[in-house]
Amino acid sequence: MPLFWLILVVLGMSAIGFVLGRQRALASAGGESRDLHSLPNYYGWNVALKAVVPAFLLLILWLIAQPLYVGSSVSATLPDSAVPEGSTRGLVMAEVRRTAEGLDNAVEQGLLDDDFATNARADFTDVTQRLKDAGQIVTAQITQPVLRAAQSYRVMNASGSFYMMIAVLLIAAAGFFFAVRETNAEFRARNVVENGIRALLIGAASIAILTTIGIVLSLVFNTYEFFTLYPASEFFTNLTWAPSFSGRGGGSDLGIIPLLWGTLYISIVALAVAVPIGLFAAIYLSEYASPKVRAIAKPMLEVLAGIPTIVYGLFALLTVGPLLVSVFGDDGLGWMQSGTAVMTAGLVMGIMLIPFVSSLSDDIINAVPQAMRDGSYGLGATKSETIKQVVLPAALPGIVGAILLAASRAIGETMIVVLGAGAAAKLSLNPFEAMTTVTAKIVSQLTGDADFASPEALVAFALGMSLFIITLGLNVFALYIVRKYREQYE
Amino acid sequence: MTDMPMEDAPVRGSLTQVDARTKKRNAAEKRFKAYGIGAILIGVAFLIVLAISIVRSGAPAFTHTVMDVEFTVTQEEFDAAEGELFKTKAYSNLFISKLAAQLEEKGLEIEIEEAAIERLLGKVGADIREFYRENPNALGTPQRFELSASSRVDGYFNGRVTRDTLVESRFLMLADLDLVDVLHEAGIIKGAFNWNFITGADSGVDNPGGAGIGASVIGSFFMMLVVLFLSLPIGVAASIYLEEFAPKNRFTDLIEVNISNLAAVPSIVFGILGLAVFIQFMHLPQSAPLVGGLVLTLMTLPTIIISTRASLRAVPPSIRDAALGVGASKMQAVFHHVLPLAMPGILTGTIIGLAQALGETAPLLLIGMVGFVARGYPEGVVAGFTDPNSAMPAQIYTWAARADASFYDKAWGGIIILLIFLLSMNILAIILRRRFERRW
Repeated sequence: MPLFWLILVVLGMSAIGFVLGRQRALASAGGESRDLHSLPNYYGWNVALKAVVPAFLLLILWLIAQPLYVGSSVSATLPDSAVPEGSTRGLVMAEVRRTAEGLDNAVEQGLLDDDFATNARADFTDVTQRLKDAGQIVTAQITQPVLRAAQSYRVMNASGSFYMMIAVLLIAAAGFFFAVRETNAEFRARNVVENGIRALLIGAASIAILTTIGIVLSLVFNTYEFFTLYPASEFFTNLTWAPSFSGRGGGSDLGIIPLLWGTLYISIVALAVAVPIGLFAAIYLSEYASPKVRAIAKPMLEVLAGIPTIVYGLFALLTVGPLLVSVFGDDGLGWMQSGTAVMTAGLVMGIMLIPFVSSLSDDIINAVPQAMRDGSYGLGATKSETIKQVVLPAALPGIVGAILLAASRAIGETMIVVLGAGAAAKLSLNPFEAMTTVTAKIVSQLTGDADFASPEALVAFALGMSLFIITLGLNVFALYIVRKYREQYE
Repeated sequence: MTDMPMEDAPVRGSLTQVDARTKKRNAAEKRFKAYGIGAILIGVAFLIVLAISIVRSGAPAFTHTVMDVEFTVTQEEFDAAEGELFKTKAYSNLFISKLAAQLEEKGLEIEIEEAAIERLLGKVGADIREFYRENPNALGTPQRFELSASSRVDGYFNGRVTRDTLVESRFLMLADLDLVDVLHEAGIIKGAFNWNFITGADSGVDNPGGAGIGASVIGSFFMMLVVLFLSLPIGVAASIYLEEFAPKNRFTDLIEVNISNLAAVPSIVFGILGLAVFIQFMHLPQSAPLVGGLVLTLMTLPTIIISTRASLRAVPPSIRDAALGVGASKMQAVFHHVLPLAMPGILTGTIIGLAQALGETAPLLLIGMVGFVARGYPEGVVAGFTDPNSAMPAQIYTWAARADASFYDKAWGGIIILLIFLLSMNILAIILRRRFERRW
């Protein structure tokens, strides 16, 4: 693993730099650290940081850029005739990559020699068979253009990695020597190092922005691509969801409305469970419970929020579903056909959301000033009258915010609906029928066999985009309400 | 005060007698309180039902049925079996004759067919042959074999397969159950702790009995290493900047808004990000713990930043002032004084963030950690990060999605293991907080 060693070498250089920089600074002051501008360690840090930071930045940029550059230049050398009818350049490139990887692995295991891997011609030798014999996964018959491309892909990658190593080492060495040379007693090492650290801190804080940009870009580009293959008007207005299974496009109905309806319906059921229970629990905990009861009951409810969603999903699929079927199924009331249904997923999701509603509402009810309660008691109201007529109206905006946050959780929840809600997209009012949601379809469209360039896979990005916008809108609105409410009583 | 004509006041009953309206109000008060208690009890009841159903359904995964037989194969028998044309068949027959002899000793008699043994134990002849070819010294001395029975025999013992519901198939016949009963009576078939479930790897669709969660625990471990080594330094650095250095300007506001929004983005969206950026764009290996770790890092960062900022804020300003007063730079005050004091809080927050990441499934589905059958442990440390592997929640999902109901036991058992990890992480966090937290 040369990358691993490269990182180790650069780190080693910076460690040596630390010692060297420190010594040189001390030597320039005649061994008297009081004559230095900064503490001796800062001179060491100066060299260490200058050796390691630019080198690692270059390394990261190179690692991102190289596959892009190599991919596009190899793709450009592929003749149009190498792209079969009904396929795309991207698919052929995936085959090229697989072939190159297969060649690499076979060489590494000593099953092929390097010369063969770089020069073999598919029209003379059966490369496909030889790679298969070497235990490599090759999906199709390797044609000459693909093999050519794979070979140049290998060569370019190998030389790219080699140049990267040299460039990174050069940058590290340059930083190292520059920093060692500028080291003397007058050098303001602490200011330089502190500015450098400050820049690193800003960089770390910016990762949040980068993540958002990454999310938005990856959604926007792929959604755009989807809309070039499938009309946007169809996507938003079509009332059926029926992707074709061939993965080759054509004949698919990809309307978001049935999925949105399923999402909404399941969320409504979940909130119908979570809001009353959560709200009453919050009221009891904040207004009635003794500190002792509160200390036990609150963490117990919050455990429900700490349980991974896969556990709830399994609970829905294997416990709640069969239980509901035994009551509402053909043996009982005859309303329910199978265990996976809106009711199953909604009920379990409701359980999961109880602590979200109760904790947030608890905080909000506690923020209502005591003076308002005292005023109500002074007029002779009972405790419950005070809560119903004074505390709750005062806390209402905050509680609505909390419910909206819970709703956004419910809409974005994946595992419970993937396991508990079923797979059929339907526009139905029967809560005992299986329905599906936006998140469940994102999972099924991206984990299936459809290739990434087909509308059947790309639709997942359009669904993700819709999901992102809806939850973001709900969150921003909810946080706005909660903040507004807090300001009111501060 | 002027005189109040007392006799004009309306007569409203006496203090000792409660009137109807007060009764109603008091009853409403009681009802309201009861609703609150009811809500809490329902919540707690859900928790208890969940816990019970996990433990009850998960326990069978930790036991399996084994056939525990001790017998001796002599050199002559070995040579005779090796001389036959169908060697494994010869060993099967050998095994059956030994078994029959033991049953006879105990006074039990039953016809043992070779096909029945194969249905119960799989290719037992091959296993025995393998053993004696590798250990020729064992010939002539009594050897003890623990052979695991098929998952349907497991099901018979834990009640999933009963005589009434059994559908005769090439996997299990009704007559086999008689044999199982006899062997059970003889103490040859019995339950044993299934170590393979904890240490083993996934087994593929047709062998629920051999499936284990060990390999995916390793996958999760490598993923958590990535999350820890990226999100802790980045999260702490970002929090220090925002809490101690950031000027109040547009850029800082932008970061703040981004962090609070990222904390609420559904986890599946992070999966889409990982798929598009790390796999499609950067061509990192699919299903690799490295990619899973990167995605989970981005997901946990907001959580860690929020808790780290809270613990930095909890360090009183007097500490900073004192450090600045004796000549420290702002950077020194933060790194030498504030950060060490905030460290217990930061670690607690990080552990809780890691626990959250450990249980997260949805993003892993999209980067291909489901559907990959982790058949073995990774070879070496680097391979642990880059070779395809599964992770605990992804493995549980894979099992839950398989058609064979025997895998459901495994899924529940996997959940028990996952929850044990989560529980110990949370307990560690609580201990850290109790032990080191300072109140100012």
